[in-house]
Amino acid sequence: MASAIAVVGMSFGAIAVASGLDWWMPSALSVLVFAGGSQFMVVGVLAAGGGVVAAVAGALVLNARHLPFGLAVGDIMGRGLLARMVGSHLLIDESVAFAMAQKDDPKRARAVFWFLGTLAFTVWNLGTVVGVAAGQVIGDTDAFGLDAAFPAALLALVLPSLKKARPRNAALLGAVVALAATPFLPAGVPVLLALVGLAVLLPTPKKKEEVAA
Amino acid sequence: MNITAILILAAGTYAFRLAGPLLRTRLARAHGGEAELPPRLAELLSTAATVLLVALIATAALTDGGKFAGIALPAGVLTGGLLAWWKAPFVVVVVAAAVVAAGLRALGVP
Repeated sequence: MASAIAVVGMSFGAIAVASGLDWWMPSALSVLVFAGGSQFMVVGVLAAGGGVVAAVAGALVLNARHLPFGLAVGDIMGRGLLARMVGSHLLIDESVAFAMAQKDDPKRARAVFWFLGTLAFTVWNLGTVVGVAAGQVIGDTDAFGLDAAFPAALLALVLPSLKKARPRNAALLGAVVALAATPFLPAGVPVLLALVGLAVLLPTPKKKEEVAA
Repeated sequence: MNITAILILAAGTYAFRLAGPLLRTRLARAHGGEAELPPRLAELLSTAATVLLVALIATAALTDGGKFAGIALPAGVLTGGLLAWWKAPFVVVVVAAAVVAAGLRALGVP
């Protein structure tokens, strides 16, 4: 996983400087924001001619998904204030996915979460620095297929949770909705709209809990 | 892009991250003492994460700037997905996706 995150971090650094960001900006994003999807979104919106406000707003909307992530793994990272304050910054797709895969064994899940979160933070930032250096040399990052690396990495991570029918159906419905909405809505919004896929979880109309999520 | 925009994004993202663990305790209390979520709510929350991730993958793999992304990008991601399905090492999945997309583009496929 570490080498994959490093590769995706490198592609982020390279794509970011190739799209015109200053050399220090990709690293500032990787240290302070540390959320690959939103970092790619910022760069993508700016490269497509969107403004800074649109780029940041889209990225924030996309990162709203960390709220349900945090709710889902909250106890795994630890219950102390310090554990939560530091652990929250390490709450990423990868640490969540791997920790949730171990959740039947809480002790092991906690070790997995902290180990992977710290490791991912380190290699993501190292990868970003290398990518920035490479990007200043490469120029056309699409020619190297770097834009395919990020979704492929996420796909590998999410596959295990698609083995069960209910999450799979919800995800498929959500993806169709997001794709259909993409031409009409600002980048980032269609991904949140995909949450209507959660309707699959409602076999009977008596529960109203999805409003709270 | 400037430092203010980066700091706003960083602060907002951190707030979303911290809100989860903090809200969870409160949510659990509201549902009766234990710091455990009701099974239905727990399922809803973990499914929400899966739904968002798959939507992010689908839009990142199939669209580019609100339009269809062409053949090379989805073909690269699909190759990575198949390799992941066959339990190939993680880094092989990522590198293969990039190589297939790059190779098709080198052959003139959009």
